[in-house]
Amino acid sequence: MQQEVVLALLSKQPSHGYDVHGQLRRALGPLSGSISAAQVYVTLNRLEKAGLVVSEPAGDDRDGRDRRIYDLTAAGRQRVVGWLDEVVWPRPNLAEFHLKLVAAAATHLADPIDIVDRQRRELLRQLRDSQRAALAEPDGSLAALLLEGVVLRQQADLTWLEACERSWSAGS
Amino acid sequence: MSGSSTTVLRARGLSKHYGAGPSLVRAVDDIDVEIRPGETVAISGPSGCGKSTLLHLLGGLDRPSDGAVWLDDTRVDALGERGKARLRRDRIGFVFQAFHLMDELTARENVELPALLAGGRVAAARRTAMALLDQVGLADRADHLPSQLSGGQRQRVGIARALINEPDVLLADEPTGNLDSAATADVLRLLDRLHGDGQTIVMVSHDARVAATADRLLSMRDGRLVDETVLTGGSRGDLGRLAGLES
Repeated sequence: MQQEVVLALLSKQPSHGYDVHGQLRRALGPLSGSISAAQVYVTLNRLEKAGLVVSEPAGDDRDGRDRRIYDLTAAGRQRVVGWLDEVVWPRPNLAEFHLKLVAAAATHLADPIDIVDRQRRELLRQLRDSQRAALAEPDGSLAALLLEGVVLRQQADLTWLEACERSWSAGS
Repeated sequence: MSGSSTTVLRARGLSKHYGAGPSLVRAVDDIDVEIRPGETVAISGPSGCGKSTLLHLLGGLDRPSDGAVWLDDTRVDALGERGKARLRRDRIGFVFQAFHLMDELTARENVELPALLAGGRVAAARRTAMALLDQVGLADRADHLPSQLSGGQRQRVGIARALINEPDVLLADEPTGNLDSAATADVLRLLDRLHGDGQTIVMVSHDARVAATADRLLSMRDGRLVDETVLTGGSRGDLGRLAGLES
């Protein structure tokens, strides 16, 4: 998990590791399955070693667990601000796929239409999963907005694959 | 030859042609389809590809130029007009893009109508209609006219009406075509719940998001089926990766 995400979740107020994990779960909904509390603690440890957070034992460890409260250092806060300011956008690897089609056509080692077709089927199955996950979210869910983004990107990719199919069909 | 028990709706060599000679249009061209009980199948394709015509042929709304359609053991295309009307009323539920509700009837009266036309008793029809309106989340709108309902609400009334005679199959032609995204989600959730209850559903949609909610997707081009994709069996675990989360 990206360290900046954990830092950002601490920037409002000092928190326990399990609060950070809870915030992640609420924001990601059905997508949060792959993020464990242990990962959050490991990340917090690394951040502390890097001097980006400090921790102190919490007073109220009623159930005997060693709970610590984590807070950002000045360097940590600076890192969060820098991260929020950065313009990054995840890049799907369209160029690789495109070059695969070009190579398949040039070498006759595979049919570009088949490659497009297999990719399209896979994408349709993924669209079904994300669309159904989006429909299952309750009103006002934060995760629904994330799933909407996933669905819209898959739709755009499908549209592009249809264009690939048309273009390579016309060419062959 | 009769329908087999593993299919509820089946077509062989189904064709619908318009015109003749050089101006012949093959709207539906030699299509075979099998729909199994309890599955949701989407038919997709660009506008003009014949998908709505295919749905109309499957539901006995239109007469094929060639080929045969079976609903269980009934050969739909061989029925006379009265037989087809009865079949459509009793065994097939239709949902339309433009809803096709009766403007002068309330939501409840619209839902009741097919039951009354089928000879059902008034009290029983009313009870079933109210139960269905409750199921689609519109119990409190039962006495509203269609003009007093939103598009999404009208379509949910349309779905309740399509269900009142407990059809073998629900056929939906662009059921979300006139709806905004929130109302589309409501209708898709409702269809998914019906699917969960075992209702067989065939829907036509040009919208990949809507079509992708089905179990199986049939793609049409120029009157022909060009592809079939089974959509079930994807792994939900990949969603996180799709959203950019590394596990």
